[in-house]
Amino acid sequence: MSTAGATVGSRLADIVGPQHVITDPAHLAAFAVNNKKPSAAVRPQSTAEIADVVKFAVNEQLAVIATGARTKLEMGLPPRQYDIALDMTRLDRVVAYDPGDLTLSVEAGIPLHKLGGILAEHRQFLPLGAPYQSQTTIGGTIASGVDSPLRQLYGTARDYLLGMEFVTGEGVVAKSGGRVVKNVTGYDIHKLMIGALGTLGVVTRINFKTFPMPAASRAFVANFQTVERACGMRNRVSQSPLAPMTVEVFSPGVADLFSSEAAARIEPNPTPENLISGSRWSFTMGFSGNENALKRYETDLRKLAEECGAVDVTILDGPQIGPAFARKREFIPIALSSSPAATILKISVLPTKMAEVLTAAARAAETNHLPWVAMARGVGVIYFAMLPTERNEETKRQSAQASNQILDACAALGGQGSIPWCPTEWKDVLKVWGPGRADFAEMKKLKSVFDPRGVLSPGRFVGGI
Amino acid sequence: MDFHVIDDLKKLLGADSVLHRPEELLLYEYDGSVELARPNCVVFPRNTKDVVGIVQIANRHQTPIVGRGAGTGLSGGALARQGGILIVFSRMNRILAIDAENQRATVQPGVVNADVSVAVAHLGLHFAPDPSSQRASTIGGNVSENSGGPHTLAYGVTTNHVLSLEVVLPTGEVVRLGSPALDSPGYDLDGLFVGSEGTLALVTEITVKLTRNPEAVKTLLAIFDTVDDATETVVDITARGITPAACEMLDGWTIRAVEAYVHAGFPVDCAAVLLLEVDGLREAVEQQAEDIADVCRVHRAREVRVARDESERALLWKGRKNAFGAVGRLSPTYYVQDGVIPRTKLPATLRRITEIGTKYGFEIGNIFHAGDGNLHPIILFDAREEEQFRRAVASADEIIGFCIEMGGSITGEHGVGMEKDRLMPLLFTEDDLNLMRRIRDAFNPAGLLNPGKIFPTTKGCGEIHVRPLPVAGASRA
Repeated sequence: MSTAGATVGSRLADIVGPQHVITDPAHLAAFAVNNKKPSAAVRPQSTAEIADVVKFAVNEQLAVIATGARTKLEMGLPPRQYDIALDMTRLDRVVAYDPGDLTLSVEAGIPLHKLGGILAEHRQFLPLGAPYQSQTTIGGTIASGVDSPLRQLYGTARDYLLGMEFVTGEGVVAKSGGRVVKNVTGYDIHKLMIGALGTLGVVTRINFKTFPMPAASRAFVANFQTVERACGMRNRVSQSPLAPMTVEVFSPGVADLFSSEAAARIEPNPTPENLISGSRWSFTMGFSGNENALKRYETDLRKLAEECGAVDVTILDGPQIGPAFARKREFIPIALSSSPAATILKISVLPTKMAEVLTAAARAAETNHLPWVAMARGVGVIYFAMLPTERNEETKRQSAQASNQILDACAALGGQGSIPWCPTEWKDVLKVWGPGRADFAEMKKLKSVFDPRGVLSPGRFVGGI
Repeated sequence: MDFHVIDDLKKLLGADSVLHRPEELLLYEYDGSVELARPNCVVFPRNTKDVVGIVQIANRHQTPIVGRGAGTGLSGGALARQGGILIVFSRMNRILAIDAENQRATVQPGVVNADVSVAVAHLGLHFAPDPSSQRASTIGGNVSENSGGPHTLAYGVTTNHVLSLEVVLPTGEVVRLGSPALDSPGYDLDGLFVGSEGTLALVTEITVKLTRNPEAVKTLLAIFDTVDDATETVVDITARGITPAACEMLDGWTIRAVEAYVHAGFPVDCAAVLLLEVDGLREAVEQQAEDIADVCRVHRAREVRVARDESERALLWKGRKNAFGAVGRLSPTYYVQDGVIPRTKLPATLRRITEIGTKYGFEIGNIFHAGDGNLHPIILFDAREEEQFRRAVASADEIIGFCIEMGGSITGEHGVGMEKDRLMPLLFTEDDLNLMRRIRDAFNPAGLLNPGKIFPTTKGCGEIHVRPLPVAGASRA
């Protein structure tokens, strides 16, 4: 252990207790962010302790990164500095749950699956069907800004987050919003924290609106020969009266990915054989309702699929739905674990431009000899994964070139792109946060308000914020 | 005001776009609230460039600037509290683009809310946020206040429907925030700016989401003999996991006022009605309507009527949306509150409001978004009598205090403005407020943009500053 580490460690022990400080380098490896290890990790149990840790960091000019289940720490740029890992997992309490009001207040370190169980007792749920479901904490899910297939119907966290408590980069405890479902009191600071990778504050407590569990649900899969037809089906559904819970279009190749060992490790229950095809584009949709509504969905979807030129269609019911939904939800971890050098772009375009941008992206990957798969959400958000079989200078160069071409194509179509996941040592070349943004100056203003000394996750966010 | 400012503004915009004579300014010294504040001049920009020019002039002369749409706000958000230039967006009222396939529209801030839905009706689309003022209020105003409305229960408030903003910062810079595509990398600046009550920037262009019209709609009117039965019904509907598209309550007093004016068919001898709506697929709507009717009957609804056709439905909604107009016929002035409570606390809160009314000697009507616990108690008083005004404010404060005690909030959709700024410390600590102030100062460093709003101007709360309202402008039915 280094002397500096030991001093920092003992000072931190004064705040959280010695048994909650880790300074052993072997254990600290688990807290690494983009290969950078902290010199200490602490496990605070309260907002007050977190505020004290941050104040200590401010005084000592140290940098802090809050961590939960540590499943998504690789997102973003490598930190400029990283001294203290703030392990949030002891803040795992339900502060208040009022099923009758459909409101919930939780500490940030609570695991998502644990929360799911509590809500399920009251036949309620949070539509945060986020990846790493069996491990991830609510705080990590919010701070990383990952989305869910359920956004098709329920929107993203910003649509059902009611309020938040957090610790600023000056160690000040503050809050915004409240615990009622409608509220316009004060600035909506909590929205800023979503997807900010902890650069504005350490989120300590989150208030949500909960939702009644849907009635019976089913899933529909239709395979198409071309991306245009599969996306065409998406467009037809969006113009119909149907209100799907999930809509995803999968590229050829996802079939192999989803039946791979990597997928089985993450979601052991298999999906039915030949559900999606290795050579086709698949339109998939989840929907719910009473028996009559479900019948209506089936009839309408079969008709639409036929009109759109589907090769085949399947309806999933009962126990078949869970494994299929889990694969949609876990697309990112499955893709990441299927290649030693996965690069996953997140591309947003207007929904009707999806076929065009997918075609351009496929061309870019293929020109650069990179295997690829894609999942396109019905709302216009695409995850495009390039999965080389080796991690070396050659595949780095190819991935950088393909990524640039895809980001350019996306910009040309009026969209936005970024590269949330790629090998750390490629981040010097890949445009992790995509092209520059017009509102970057406004983002910097916010950073200077929340964290003037650059203590929180420095360097990881857009433009090195 | 310095005549140079007026001259500069006339030079920039033309004399027909600048008002400054006292009799011209009278119209702009009030909004839908009980507050009054007179600007020094009123200007009507035609485009973003004009807005930039106005901001530059204001900066040069260190004069406050305040944006305003239709002036229907209920918290004084669009009043020039410290005088200065009032920028009225009524000439920036063009719908710039409609993308039916992607369900987006880009509009100027002065476009009237309902006009967006009218413009896209032939495409089977509408703009979901529907404040009761929607036939007058503008999208720019809705964005500033993060407006709600009856159908936000199922569809969300304004912020859930805004994708991108063009704003003019108080420095005169034009910035585009967000994008018509979702999930822009970076901080959610749209999320911060929507609902910031015009204190961070002037909004000059808005891209909104459009919502597909439901295939089927059913509107129910449930009639109750006690207020408790009606509020218990709302609690039970929520607890059973039924989410209607709208769930509005009118108490007997309000119903009688509405009937005398609108003739919507509300029974005048009842204690309360719930106006409930379900929408979606035909197959789902039938059952939801039945489920809701069952819950109403469990709670002793005297009758549950279902609107038979679109005209009956429209009439019921006309009764709801014109209720404030109806109330305005009864009293020279009224004061509408906007507190929010957890929905399970509805019965207790309504009982408390009645007690508070009795205590202060006012009739307090209730017409509100019951489904999301957003109350709108209406206190009738005569603003010409200072003592009455004082009592009205005191009773309102007591109602808001009770909402906070119940775990609620001081405003659900009307905004803090200059009406509730002094109540902010009841919900937020000095640290919370300081952080929010610093955000404001980061974007609005000289404090020229909409000064005197949201943040308490003096420390401590509960102190009520009352000044008598002049009679002119007091009645605004």
